[in-house]
Amino acid sequence: MMAVADTPARKAGWSVLNIVVILYALVPVLWITSLSFKTTATVTDGNFVPREWTVANYQGIFATSEFTRALGNSIGIALIATTLAVVIGTMAAYAIARLTFPGKKLLIGVSLLIAMFPQISLVSPLFEIERAIGLFDTWPGLILPYITFSLPLAIYTLSAFFREIPWELEKAAKMDGATPAQAFRSVIVPLAAPGVFTTAILVFIFCWNDFLFAISLTSTEASRTVPAAISNFTGSSQFEEPTGSIAAAAVVITIPIIVFVLLFQRRIVAGLTSGAVKG
Amino acid sequence: MTTTEVPARFPVDTPDTDGKRRSEGARAERRLAAMLCAPAVIVMVAVTAYPIGYAIWLSLLRYDLRFPEQSQFVGLDNYVAVLTDQYWWSAFTVTIAITVISVAIELVLGLALALVMHRTIMGRGTVRTVVLIPYGIVTVAAAFSWQYAWTPETGYLAGLLPDGSAPLTEQIPALAIVVLAEVWKTTPFMALLLLAGLALVPDDLLRAAQVDGAGPWQRLTKVILPMMKPAILVALLFRTLDAFRVFDNIYVLTRGNNGTGSVSILGYDNLFGAFNLGIGSAISILTFVCVAIIAFLFVKGFGAAAPGADAERR
Repeated sequence: MMAVADTPARKAGWSVLNIVVILYALVPVLWITSLSFKTTATVTDGNFVPREWTVANYQGIFATSEFTRALGNSIGIALIATTLAVVIGTMAAYAIARLTFPGKKLLIGVSLLIAMFPQISLVSPLFEIERAIGLFDTWPGLILPYITFSLPLAIYTLSAFFREIPWELEKAAKMDGATPAQAFRSVIVPLAAPGVFTTAILVFIFCWNDFLFAISLTSTEASRTVPAAISNFTGSSQFEEPTGSIAAAAVVITIPIIVFVLLFQRRIVAGLTSGAVKG
Repeated sequence: MTTTEVPARFPVDTPDTDGKRRSEGARAERRLAAMLCAPAVIVMVAVTAYPIGYAIWLSLLRYDLRFPEQSQFVGLDNYVAVLTDQYWWSAFTVTIAITVISVAIELVLGLALALVMHRTIMGRGTVRTVVLIPYGIVTVAAAFSWQYAWTPETGYLAGLLPDGSAPLTEQIPALAIVVLAEVWKTTPFMALLLLAGLALVPDDLLRAAQVDGAGPWQRLTKVILPMMKPAILVALLFRTLDAFRVFDNIYVLTRGNNGTGSVSILGYDNLFGAFNLGIGSAISILTFVCVAIIAFLFVKGFGAAAPGADAERR
């Protein structure tokens, strides 16, 4: 803090600023939530708060396979992609953080390149290749690009965390009579787990978020994820706008994000900024 | 994501090894490293290097998915067709405009947000938690929120405009909403990256500047910003490349209509609207080249101050 006393006026000033920030972040989320609880009759009244509340929109989307299948696809694909990306990323990050080998800089350079890659450049070839080898419109067809695009993030975040681990402790445990397996399990795993967990959250958010691959590499309910399904929603009749259903579906896929943010705020911030500038 | 600074984070020094066993140990270490890195390398090469090569090949073909039997090699014709077409240049201009304007606003807002998060004397945890919501929320979900907010009758924001205006159907207002949606979602990420840089500015230095009579503005421009330069460059590089790929928000908000399509939208439309794989691939490759040029200019233009270079010296 600067050398200024925390006067009531200062406190009030900060409160106002904080409230502005909180409103900034929450208003669009509250608005879509409000829409999702509006009745068909009041959805176009433009009121920020619903005049009549209903859960019909939620009942509606959960009654259609269009949404429930998509939700299952989203969860399954994101979880599998996250697990694989974190496992593969952990292996590579360990090597980068702890071992000396030729080509390390090349590996870092390549993953850097992929992080900057415009996804649209891969859409046309992947569409062709996946159709040729039968991966189009399947779970693996989405999982593979998700792993690829989250690997740079995973490797980067994990190796930043791994560098902070005091690896000498492993040696110390062995000297105290622990077997290599014991030393690894009881010393290294607990130290590495928070970094791995943080990385998993970031990777999951990335996979959960994707839209371009999801609409390009899927064509049916077999593998369409929620963001792609929402953009395809149509009203229950041709005269009805699907506003309520879309809003409800948008809220449903926002819930996991809010839960993550509330539970793991500190970890997410640490992961995002891990060594971004500390050098 | 934050990978832009990768080189700075990895140790390049050799761990201590016993002199005699060095070569044997080093060989074993290399083998282990190769095994550990192999899966990552294989996946990354298989899903990016090979397809990008294939995309280059596709971009040299006349290839319409509706008439696959008429495919033939046409050399650079697709590129000529794209580069002499007004749609490409319109999409290119739109993309550059969105990128420059949204990144500029994000930098200023992100800096303000970072200062609030860094200096606030109360509710720091709450503020940091709340700003993560725009970062984490699914872009498509947020885009629908903005779309309905600006839809006449339905939206609370559309009601603020004069009667009869439909901002999402006019080029400039629609692009302004796209920028708004982009800025809202990505400013928190920018702010978090800047916050990490802000944490490196020593309080002592600020106090010393204050004692020497520097006002708040001078402290910001003469002390804080210069010290944050590496963090600012990382954030700018990352966000510029990301903004250039803008797709989700435009797709939901305007579908690229009324001159609001970005290069990614144009590529998508050629692939899945017109089923023209040749032209679509040429657009994809051109987008890739643009991104490479932007990255190159950043690294070249900032020289020693480029992300990584600075931190490596420390």
